This record gives sequence, C-alpha cells and structure tokens, in this order.
Amino acid sequence: MANIVQFENVGLRYGAGDETLSDLSFALTSGAFYFLTGASGAGKTSLLRLLYLAQRPTRGVIRLFGEDAVTMPRKRLPGFRRRIGVVFQDFRLAPHLSAYDNIALPLRIAGVREEDIEQPVHEMLTWVGLSDRIHARPPTLSGGEQQRVAIARAVIGRPEILVADEPTGNVDPAMAERLMHLFDSLNRLGTTVVVATHDIQMIQRTANAQMMRLDRGRLLDPTGALRFPPSERDG
Amino acid sequence: MSEEKRPERRLLDAGRATRTMRWVMAIMLFLTVLAAALGLGALAASRALDRQLAGRLTIELVEPNPIARDHDAAQVLAMARGDRNVAAARPVDPARLAKLLQPWLGAIGNDPDLPMPVLIDLDLHDASDLAVAALARRIHAIVPAARLDRHAAWMAPVTGFMNLLLGLAAGIVLLLALATGTVVVLAARAGLETHRDTIEIMHMLGSTDVQVARLFQRRIARDTAIGGAVGGIAALAVTALVGTRLAGLGSALASGATLGPGGWIALAAIPFLFVGLATLAARIAVLRTLGAKL
Repeated sequence: MANIVQFENVGLRYGAGDETLSDLSFALTSGAFYFLTGASGAGKTSLLRLLYLAQRPTRGVIRLFGEDAVTMPRKRLPGFRRRIGVVFQDFRLAPHLSAYDNIALPLRIAGVREEDIEQPVHEMLTWVGLSDRIHARPPTLSGGEQQRVAIARAVIGRPEILVADEPTGNVDPAMAERLMHLFDSLNRLGTTVVVATHDIQMIQRTANAQMMRLDRGRLLDPTGALRFPPSERDG
Repeated sequence: MSEEKRPERRLLDAGRATRTMRWVMAIMLFLTVLAAALGLGALAASRALDRQLAGRLTIELVEPNPIARDHDAAQVLAMARGDRNVAAARPVDPARLAKLLQPWLGAIGNDPDLPMPVLIDLDLHDASDLAVAALARRIHAIVPAARLDRHAAWMAPVTGFMNLLLGLAAGIVLLLALATGTVVVLAARAGLETHRDTIEIMHMLGSTDVQVARLFQRRIARDTAIGGAVGGIAALAVTALVGTRLAGLGSALASGATLGPGGWIALAAIPFLFVGLATLAARIAVLRTLGAKL
C-alpha cells in the first residue's frame, strides 16, 4: 500500500534551544494503525503537531498525501487539514456550541449545506453514544463525553488520517476500551490512525497495530522499521 | 439564514467586550455625526453667503450738491441698467439709509439739509475681478468720485470663518474615522488573542483565514451598527434641535446654516459608512495577524 506520510531527516527546534525532535525518518502506510509511544517529554505531541500541520519542521522533508508539506504554500494548508482528523489531549471543544454544533463544525467549515449536515451528525452522536446529549454544551459534559464529542468531530469529515494525542488519558479504563474500539472501527473503514499514548496495555490489546517509540526526540528504531511492517500486518 | 441556524457564528463568545465596543462605537458615531453636521452647516452657510453676496456690489455717490447728486445717480443708474453684466440695479431708499445711519447720526440723520450719499445696489451676472474692474471704469467715466463696495470683500472674513469651520469639521470627521479604524484594529487583535484557542481549532479543522476573518467582521459590523444607530440617532436629534434654534434666531447667516434634505441624508449615511469602514479594518487586521501564523 502507498505511503500516506513520509518523514525524512526531520528535525524540530523551538526557539534557540536544543532540538525537540531529531533525525526522524519513517513512513506511514495508508490504512494502517499506529501507536506513538514514549515517556512524557519524548516529543510525541510535537511529532503529532507536525503530522496535523500545526507546525513546520526546522529541517528535513515531510511528504503528506504525496506532497511536500514543508514548502507547501500557507493558503493550501486548509485543504490538507480537512483530510486530517485531530483528537486533542485537552479536547479543545468550542465551549459555546452544543455537542451537535461542535461535531457539525468541520462540515460547516467545509461548506457542507445545512440540510446535508443533520443526518451524519446524528449518526456520529449515536456512534459515540451521545445521542441523548445532543444539546449539551462542553462544560456540562463529563471528561469522557467531551472526549467522545472530540472524536466524533475529528472523524465526521471522513479524514484520511486520524491523529489522536493521549485520547484515553482523561477517561476510565472502560471508556478507554470503548474509545479504542471506535478508533479500530474507523481504521477498518480505511482511515490511517495514529494514536499517541504511553499506555502499553492498550497498545498490546489492539490487534495489528504498529508502534513507534520516541525517546528524547528520536525514534528508537532509526531504520524506521516498525513492530508490524505493513506487509506482515494482515499476514 | 438566521443567527440561530448558524451556530458557528457564536464561536466568538459575546460578552463584556462586545458591550464596551458598542458604547465606544456609539460615542464615536455621535461625535462624528455632530462634527459632520457642523461642517455641512458651515458649508450651507458659506454657499448661502456666496449666493447672496458674490455678485452684489454697492455704488456710493458722495456729492454735497443735491441737484448734482441726483443727476449723477440718474446717469449711473441708467448706465447700469443698460449694462449687460448688470442683472439688477436698485437705488437704496433714502429713508432706509437714514435708518441705517441713525445709530451714528441720531435725529440729525433726518435733516433734509444733511448731505447724504446715494447708494445704488447692483446684482451682477459676472462678479470676477475683471468684469467688476470694467464696470468700475464705466461708472468712473460718469462719476470719477464714485466708490464701489463689493459685498463679497467685506464679507470675506465671515466666508473665511465658515471655510475654517468646514475644514475643521472635515478634519475632525477624518480623525474620528481614523480613530474608529484604530479602535477596530485593536479590538480585532485583542479578539484574536482572546479567542486564540478557538481560532487554532478552526484552523486545525481546515478553516481558512477568510472564514476566521468573517467571524470577526460580522461581530464588529454588528457592534458598529448597533453603536452607530444609538450614537447616530442621538447626534441627528441634537442636530435637529440646534437647527430649530438657529432658524429661530432670525439671522440670514444662521438660517443659511440649516441643513437641507441632502445634508440629512449625508448625516444618516455616516453610520453605514462606518460599518463598512469597521468591517474592512477588522478584515485587514485579522488577515494580517493570521497571515503571520501557520
């Protein structure tokens, strides 16, 4: 299968300090499921920010959907970002909008007509088990409910890549299990999933997932070889 | 589509900043409309003066001998009425002249033996220096000692003052427009900072800068429209009140300063212009700020 993301000698430095990420070279295959793991401060969030185009690297090449994402003109970024779903560690829901409107936001930004929004949003609310909380605003939702709204918002636009930063960090084990099941379902529909976590048990419970380990800004496997190479994934 | 059906427009929380912005806009528009009313009033008065005085001059014939004086007056009047540049020639009524001089001469002004000058008012088609000089030559050919007073010359300080008021009002309007634009830019930048997280979310969801800018444009346009309506209506009411008082003064100059329909329409258009100005300023400020980010 084709590579959907490719990093070549990527480095990232904030300000004048040491590099947060160094010499990252790897490729993500379209339709695969990846875990990104490492200790706190290893650079997981920084790597994800590069993936969802919130940050440009200091050096190196990033190819996204076959195009150079480093030199890509700024005006082209929104189109690429719409192909990437992001679940933030702190949810980042719009506090003044209901659960329904938060989930509908990507579609509205994409210019989808109002009459074409209602059905997919209701389906998504049902999918994440929040059909009874449709009018609730984020401050009135529990952490787990907010996380599910964030996930629904990230996937409603049928992104080609889903990036999730510690998506189970704020929920109980049962909810974490349920959320991972949601990610797995989405992956089976063809979305490439990248989940940053340090929950080793969760990684072990997820079949066919591949793992990238970061340590102080470097991939522990410098060759880019992953635990389950794509060719062996379904073998 | 109604505001209720476009919930993404509520992404920017409306709170105290919005209420403050509306009051600021109300005050700015109140001052701007008042300044513009002052300018338009000065312009109207200046034009009225021009209409009344620009083509008018008075010939003064000073001759102690009443027979010679009346003869000179008749000759000058006949020449003036036959002149193509003279639209009208009217001798000033001696009784009116005596009344005009009464404050200086007292009861003696009515003495028939007192040698009073003859005054002849002329309305000219062409009041240019050249045309007036040509007319003066023709008058002096008849009465070498005749004096010509151009009304525009002795009203020049008043006209100059009106023009000063007009310039001052225009300057104030421009400064207020500049201040309003600056306030909007600062408000938009503050709003961008306040809503940085929301904007980042929108960007990450694929929103363009123009989409983000539209949120601010709508907010600022609404605040300016509401504030402008309050400030504009208040200023128009004050202008109408002052206009009524001016009309009641019975002064030709003051009456000339009252606004016509065009003036009122221009004043009423100012809040709409400011809504456009504020919207444009917000758009530019937001796009420039966002353009510096990823």
